[in-house]
Amino acid sequence: MERGEEEMMESAEAAKQDQTYLNALKDLLYQLADDDFLISFRGSEWLGLAPHIEEDVAFSSITQNTMGHALMFYNLLEELGDQEADFLAHERKPEERKNAIYFEKKNGEGHYTEEPYYDWALTVVRNFFYESFKKVKLEAITKGSYKPLANVAGKVLMEQPYHLAHWRIWFKQLYQSTDDARNRLQERLEEAWEQCGDVFELGAHAAELEHLGIVVSEDTLRERWLEELSKTIPELPAKNFGKKYGSGRDGDHTPDLNQALEILAEVYESDKDAVW
Amino acid sequence: MNQHLKEIEAVLKTVDDPELPSVSVFDLGMVHDVKVIGSQVLITMVPTFAGCPALDFIKRDVQKAVGDLPWVSDCEVHFSFEEKWSTDAITDEGKTQLKKHGVAPPPENYQPGEEWTVDCPYCGSDYTSMENVFGPTACRSILYCTSCRNPFEAMKPVVDYVY
Repeated sequence: MERGEEEMMESAEAAKQDQTYLNALKDLLYQLADDDFLISFRGSEWLGLAPHIEEDVAFSSITQNTMGHALMFYNLLEELGDQEADFLAHERKPEERKNAIYFEKKNGEGHYTEEPYYDWALTVVRNFFYESFKKVKLEAITKGSYKPLANVAGKVLMEQPYHLAHWRIWFKQLYQSTDDARNRLQERLEEAWEQCGDVFELGAHAAELEHLGIVVSEDTLRERWLEELSKTIPELPAKNFGKKYGSGRDGDHTPDLNQALEILAEVYESDKDAVW
Repeated sequence: MNQHLKEIEAVLKTVDDPELPSVSVFDLGMVHDVKVIGSQVLITMVPTFAGCPALDFIKRDVQKAVGDLPWVSDCEVHFSFEEKWSTDAITDEGKTQLKKHGVAPPPENYQPGEEWTVDCPYCGSDYTSMENVFGPTACRSILYCTSCRNPFEAMKPVVDYVY
């Protein structure tokens, strides 16, 4: 159900009066913020390593903007009584993180300061998947019942078409180039399919999130996402999505998340009270 | 009161975007609302791109500039997402200043999802090509003018649209 005007939750103060609503809403906000935060981190690791200089400019711009989106979602959590963004981004333990597992996955073998054997096919498939999904989820949220979040989602959706178009072009052009390129994409596509099952999940409060009109159901999100993907990918794998490493929405994660969080928090840990 | 609003507007026209020197936040269309209650001023602004790291600097600069007016005791600035900034909000003065800075104003009547082109800010030619839709900041793209052979930047169009 997508709510009508009469059931809107207009402000953080109003949401705080309803414990069930508040808990469900916060869980969704952590999913949105943590997804943006982790995909941005993996993007930032490519800085200086992208296939060509124009791509370095484009990818880092997308990454910076996406990190800004994460900040907006963390700010909404702060308004609802949680800690401030820096704390939420840096201090939360891996098991408290709600990002889907596929988005924390390492870019490849090696380390960016030493021998970064990163994989561009993974990056193209993953970012195309991510931006397609972000569009679907945020479009549903713009019609949702929590006004401050619907407003932010609308704002993000004005900027995000540029991100989606960028990765769609990469996918299409590589897919139509050489056999090698297509095979590499195909391999990463199959891999994504086995690991992406938690992406459209809504976690422990899924039923309330739908019932309270904050966002549509998991099934609807999955259907709309598949439809969005099929506009670009000629043949989607015929099987169901798998959850090889569990569900990030429930707090399951891989060692790749620890690696990401350690690097992310390195500067923060060096001086927690520094003013930037 | 009216006089006060005029004074504030004049001040806001002097506060430049930190990443676009000579283009004021007023002319970029970022000032949504100004309220004056006695000696207190409350300014609501709309951010250009959400991921823009300059927002904190803009807030500080606006607070300081307005706070320096002799009759102002307190100036609060907050960014709102209720109203959305769009490239249509840039004033004519803003467009002129952008061009002087070598940045083409965004195309007019842009429809989301459509391809767009702009004229060269230096020579005015429409014989331009897109080099990279992403540029040095989230709100800008990199283009090239085949006529005067200058690379230049343009403000990326964004407009609010209903789903």
